[in-house]
Amino acid sequence: MRLDVKELSFAYQQRTGQGQQKHILQEFQLSVESRERVGLTAPSGFGKTTLCKLIAGYLQPDAGEILLDGKPLSSYRGYCPVQMIWQQPEQAVDPLLRMKDVIAEGDEVEERILAGLGIRTEWGNRFPGELSGGELQRFCIARALGKGTRFLLADEISTMLDLITQSQIWHFLMEETTQRNIGMLVVSHDRELLECVCTRIVEMI
Amino acid sequence: MREKNNRRQRVLAGLIFSVIFLAVVCIGGILCKQEAAATDFSRKNLAPCTEYLFGTDWLGRDMFARTLRGLSVSILLGMVSAAVSAAAAFVLGVISAAMGRTADSAVSFCIDWVMGIPHILLLILISVALGKGFRGVAAGVALTHWPSLARVIRAEMIQLKESPYIQIAEKLGKRKGYLIRKHMLPHLMPQFFVGLVLLFPHAILHESSVTFLGFGLSSEQPAIGIILSESMRYLVTGQWWLAAFPGAMLVLVVILFYEIGENLRKLLSPGSAHE
Amino acid sequence: MSEKRVNKGNNIILKIENLQISFTQYERGLKQRTFQTVKGMDLEVSSGELTAVIGASGSGKSLLAHAVMGLLPYNASMSGEMYYCGEKLTKMRQEKLRGNEIVLVPQSLAYLDPLMKIGRQIKKNRKDEKINQRLADIFSRYHLKEEVAKQYPFELSGGMNRRILISTAMIENPRLVIADEPTPGLDLKSAKRVMEHFRELADMGAGVLLITHDLRLAIETADRIIVFHDGRTIDEAVPTDFQAENTLKHAYTKALWRAMPKNGFANESKNTDI
Repeated sequence: MRLDVKELSFAYQQRTGQGQQKHILQEFQLSVESRERVGLTAPSGFGKTTLCKLIAGYLQPDAGEILLDGKPLSSYRGYCPVQMIWQQPEQAVDPLLRMKDVIAEGDEVEERILAGLGIRTEWGNRFPGELSGGELQRFCIARALGKGTRFLLADEISTMLDLITQSQIWHFLMEETTQRNIGMLVVSHDRELLECVCTRIVEMI
Repeated sequence: MREKNNRRQRVLAGLIFSVIFLAVVCIGGILCKQEAAATDFSRKNLAPCTEYLFGTDWLGRDMFARTLRGLSVSILLGMVSAAVSAAAAFVLGVISAAMGRTADSAVSFCIDWVMGIPHILLLILISVALGKGFRGVAAGVALTHWPSLARVIRAEMIQLKESPYIQIAEKLGKRKGYLIRKHMLPHLMPQFFVGLVLLFPHAILHESSVTFLGFGLSSEQPAIGIILSESMRYLVTGQWWLAAFPGAMLVLVVILFYEIGENLRKLLSPGSAHE
Repeated sequence: MSEKRVNKGNNIILKIENLQISFTQYERGLKQRTFQTVKGMDLEVSSGELTAVIGASGSGKSLLAHAVMGLLPYNASMSGEMYYCGEKLTKMRQEKLRGNEIVLVPQSLAYLDPLMKIGRQIKKNRKDEKINQRLADIFSRYHLKEEVAKQYPFELSGGMNRRILISTAMIENPRLVIADEPTPGLDLKSAKRVMEHFRELADMGAGVLLITHDLRLAIETADRIIVFHDGRTIDEAVPTDFQAENTLKHAYTKALWRAMPKNGFANESKNTDI
């Protein structure tokens, strides 16, 4: 499969003195194939998170489109084949839901994935507040790896993890996505990390 | 450290005490229906004593029984109208947040409209229009008290809709019904229950004031408002107990309801959960 | 600058011995449970030095900052010894010293008051001539224009606001600066630029304690690195030790080193004793 980002433009309405708009993206282009892991890097404040949200459909672009195998992504009903993993896992899970219910929201996530990410069975009965950020992020990654996922957007998913956990999670992700032919877009400002995990690196300027 | 931290137990104890006290007042009021109405001129105008704790009035009625009866009527009326009011608030708040912009502006307009008119004025109008009595006051209180809670629920819903975990659930293919049931209601419930309980004292106070002004319950019913307005005439002749005890009891009941609401909030809200 | 600063020897400013912090929380219902987050922390911060404590997020390393400032939450209890300039750091001394001799640079820009002009915010409402002079000094050091003092936080960029946040700590002439994750979400280049400001503070004689999860940043900017893992400080190293694996002492530090992307990005998940 192929994910195309075509001439994407986006601006935040800003109430500065001059009433200007703040352009985040202008005619941004990108294609990702299923077998690829594309790294995307840019300095802080460059709209990397905004780009991920646009591609995953959380925000509507001002112009341009996102195509999955030539069809607009918005025409896919139900489970979205392009899933995004958020930077802050604390915000990405409902604080009142037990972790096993959080996982159940994914699309039939296999036990194998939970085990591969180092998620212990007893964590399933806990609430998000009782887990650390690293432990929560493992759940968020597992949830995004449901049956219907074709592309995965990883927005700085390991910046707040320690190096050992970071390496463990990425090794699992590389193996899993290769096996299932899931394409990845990896956003990070850590160039060394991207060089380790990606098949190709794009620099935003 | 140990005793200081067992706050949750103390909060729960306070809560249970308040509930039991109010239940006793309520049941007591129902049981002494006969006594509250019984007149006996051989014992009229007695000051408080061991036999008649709150004294007796100019018709020789036992003020203790009358007060209990009045309070139980007030509590009952407060519960009915607060429940109706809270239910309305809940439904309108959810509609406002979940059904799009037109619904939202319609509900918001209603909220502003009702809030723009002084409570007591609207209450009197509704009560009089419905022929006063229990029905009139209940409807009046119910129809005037929902906006503040509706506003809280609407704001909470709007905030929830924007939260990442609900947006993520949407992308995971979850329907609107699921989102409301699984993600929104559990967050709204604590707010709702606390709001509901905190409506009681408002409802009771407003019922009493409307009745006191003569636009509420009929004078045959021993409502606190009636007791207080009748006793005004006897205050000058030195029969202070006619107003003092029922008034103090009314204040006590109102405070206890507030206490229940506050304790519930402490137990339910995540922010103070570990205090 | 002031007389205190003339003596730039390596005096120990902060010394912490066997710090332990535990929390009491409610489980479902009325039962309470106590769990220990910090099980044994030892460290020293010297004047003129930038000491980094590194540990995973959620490991409780931020509690160190709160403990030194005396700002632990109500349900926490603490044991162990803390010494500031050789004397025991008591609750009373903490209250007297925090905000002037001991300052905390917080993680979030949200600590700036959005409704107060920058100048007033840094000066904390004082208006004498001396403080105006200091403000001018600090502004010129951080390349902030004079008119910034009359602006509000929302009118400035994230990077400028971060410098403002550091300025609010600087104006007090601190002897101990605690920086809790001062560079969240910044790329290494920008983060190093922020850290230069802390380096300047150390050069002026203050002791700087950097608390971070970013080992690379610590290696690039700190004088000493203390590794915090599983509630304890388990290792201490200087940045040059991190040039090769065999100069590191503790097994966990070695594992951290191997997991760095540039050192092989080793997958340690099979190694269960870590």
